[in-house]
Amino acid sequence: MPTVRWSQRLPNKGDRKMTTETKEPWGRHKKIERNVALLGVLAFGVVTIGGIVEIAPLFWIDNTIEKVEGMRPYTPLEQAGRDIYIREGCYVCHSQMIRPFRDEVERYGHYSLAAESMYDHPFQWGSKRTGPDLARVGLKYSDEWHVQHLKNPQSVVPESVMPQYAFLAEKDLKVGNPGARLTALYRVGVPYTATDIKMAEADLKSQADPMADNADLQKRYPKSQVRDFDGQPDRLTEMDALVAYLQVLGTMVDVNAPAAQEALKQERGR
Amino acid sequence: MESLVARAGWWLAALLVAVFMFANAQDAPFAVHMAVFALAALAGLVLSLRNTDYKLAAAGKKPAADQGRYDDDLIRAGVILTTFWGCVGFLVGLYIALQLAFPALNLGFEYTTFGRLRPLHTSAVIFAFGGTALIATSFYIVQRTCRARLALPGVAKFVFWGYQLFIVLAATGYVLGVSQGKEYAEPEWYVDLWLTIVWVAYLAVFVGTIMKRKEPHIYVANWFFLSFILTVAMLHLVNNVNLPVSLFGSLSYPLWAGVQGALVQWWYGHNAVGFFLTAGFLAMMYYFVPKQAERPIFSYRLSIVHFWALIFLYIWAGPHHLHYTALPDWAQTLGMVFSIMLWMPSWGGMINGLMTLNGAWDKVRTDPIIRMMVMSIAFYGMSTFEGPMMSIKSVNSLSHYTDWTIGHVHSGALGWNGMITFSAIYFLVPRLWGRERMYSQRMINWHFWLATIGIVFYAASMWVAGITQGLMWREYGADNYLVNSFAETVAALHPMYLARAFGGILYLSGALIMAYNVWMTVAGKLRQELPMRQAEYNPDADRPLVATPAE
Repeated sequence: MPTVRWSQRLPNKGDRKMTTETKEPWGRHKKIERNVALLGVLAFGVVTIGGIVEIAPLFWIDNTIEKVEGMRPYTPLEQAGRDIYIREGCYVCHSQMIRPFRDEVERYGHYSLAAESMYDHPFQWGSKRTGPDLARVGLKYSDEWHVQHLKNPQSVVPESVMPQYAFLAEKDLKVGNPGARLTALYRVGVPYTATDIKMAEADLKSQADPMADNADLQKRYPKSQVRDFDGQPDRLTEMDALVAYLQVLGTMVDVNAPAAQEALKQERGR
Repeated sequence: MESLVARAGWWLAALLVAVFMFANAQDAPFAVHMAVFALAALAGLVLSLRNTDYKLAAAGKKPAADQGRYDDDLIRAGVILTTFWGCVGFLVGLYIALQLAFPALNLGFEYTTFGRLRPLHTSAVIFAFGGTALIATSFYIVQRTCRARLALPGVAKFVFWGYQLFIVLAATGYVLGVSQGKEYAEPEWYVDLWLTIVWVAYLAVFVGTIMKRKEPHIYVANWFFLSFILTVAMLHLVNNVNLPVSLFGSLSYPLWAGVQGALVQWWYGHNAVGFFLTAGFLAMMYYFVPKQAERPIFSYRLSIVHFWALIFLYIWAGPHHLHYTALPDWAQTLGMVFSIMLWMPSWGGMINGLMTLNGAWDKVRTDPIIRMMVMSIAFYGMSTFEGPMMSIKSVNSLSHYTDWTIGHVHSGALGWNGMITFSAIYFLVPRLWGRERMYSQRMINWHFWLATIGIVFYAASMWVAGITQGLMWREYGADNYLVNSFAETVAALHPMYLARAFGGILYLSGALIMAYNVWMTVAGKLRQELPMRQAEYNPDADRPLVATPAE
């Protein structure tokens, strides 16, 4: 039986009536090749589909928008520390996302929940671990260790390849208008109250001041840590802010509490 | 005349806005950036006033460009700047590679830490080197394949120089500590807005040129360029929806947070690879490879199939950057499945490129530019196999967070993007400056080997580093405890980091040789050298010795 090449296939009964253009098998594509508007619209249509299907559901699926007991917005000082963390590009070497593997859980702590980064604008999950994961680094080391390590990492971990951040302890924390930062975060969805925003400037200073009365701050931000972080009680430096941020990482949610475990059951396949 | 007044008015307005923003700036980097904007607007104002032919303008006429020639001024500038940004990007890359081997090189200054220089390296290579190459070659190719001059030449100038301004703002921002903390999308809100304006203008010039084409068909390279421009616009806009804290400050917060933010970011991040570094560079391949080989594209049909399949499938692959994270499992699996399917259209492009050399394979021996193109397509094929493999969840559980990812990215970026761009530069320079050939063919050959061996060192050392690290992290002893502390896994990588830096030195040396070669070609010099060719065949010598009887 002689083989007929696909390109030479004769029209069958059911085929559409062929114009001169469609006589060649790929003829219909010629229409697209001759019309830039059609080409552009089709190409754009094709590239939108994947994103819509994958991203849109995340805004209403329960386990990605659930709230877990303990999650709260960052205090102004912690948020200022977070802004420094981002400014210095810490995310290029440190992840904040513990995967559900035995070795990671033993090394870093309970695997991360979606809700634990719900107030993170932007998320800082990272993509590379040149240094260890930081998702639950809070309260694992003392403030003194963090300050010493940030100033000269090799003095506490000789193998470390981390840059030295001694300049943070020398720079006074300049936030401009702390209330404006909280307002912007409120507008993108972080539930700060009017009091939080009004008190932002005072909160920023008093959290690192052991002499200040921080009862109200700790009521509004449960489990917030109040003390001088950088070992220089008379100054509020960028080091204070960064250490305050590092010390809160992973401490908000009690992952072994029944409510958190219940939420975890919803996150299947991990 | 009116148009001149209008143009000068626009520049003046931009200048005043920038000065006003500068005067009210709330932080130092923002003030620096507004000063840069003001200087750019001033330069635009002065140049548009100085370059006007007032006699013609007074007569109400516009200076007529020679319609019989292509509009190549910007492309010449683009080729030089591509070479320049390439060398800058590779140099910063080498420096940060050495920082990982010798942390003292961070120098203790805030401006020179790895955290700030790493975005400088990635942006310099992707957006400065790659982006300038894409804009320059797209302007070159769209004119040739449409047989028409660039539409909107004034806007085209704005696109080109506006993009360079974007590069300067982004690069200085990283060093000064302006970052929104999303990989490959670090520039802050006002730089993002600027890029949006430039990009819309780019689309207008590109589509406008296609619309005035003299050829009935839109050539396949232009499909890829068009999808690259459109998709990058979409990705850039969605990933950078930010709310600035103040209109006079650099800090902003993204609308997207947590898990949604992660997926939007990697939908963007992976398709920056898919459309910026793949679709755009495939367009370069579809023009320069057939031209240099003097062969038609292997298969028209394959180009149709792989074009639509590639752009449809790529967009789904983002979640493979988030395996085993808090992203829902179905999204991860979807990302993995589509990443594996993506292997096929990627190899469709590779096959179409390589098979174009059918009947011209002998040129691999004699033409160093063809050799470079072949190596580039081979690396494209290799990294588009490695990528799908790494997107498989069980492989990813080992490779993720390690240097294997870095090695994978570089085999694509150095091998595919770098080599195809170098060969495009070698193709373009003699044509754009009207020279017979490049200053030295042998230097191209040197560049080829330095680059290739450099990549081998880079990729191999990062494979070893990544797998070592991944295995050490999960190693358990007989006592059921983890064997290695994190610090021990860092120390184990030191030799591999040295090997990687050595590969970087080779690759950078090749690029510097290219820069010298381009410089001398532009200067009009030709190096006296033996031609590149095979050993000649001597039929007289190619026969057995017959013993002659003794007398």
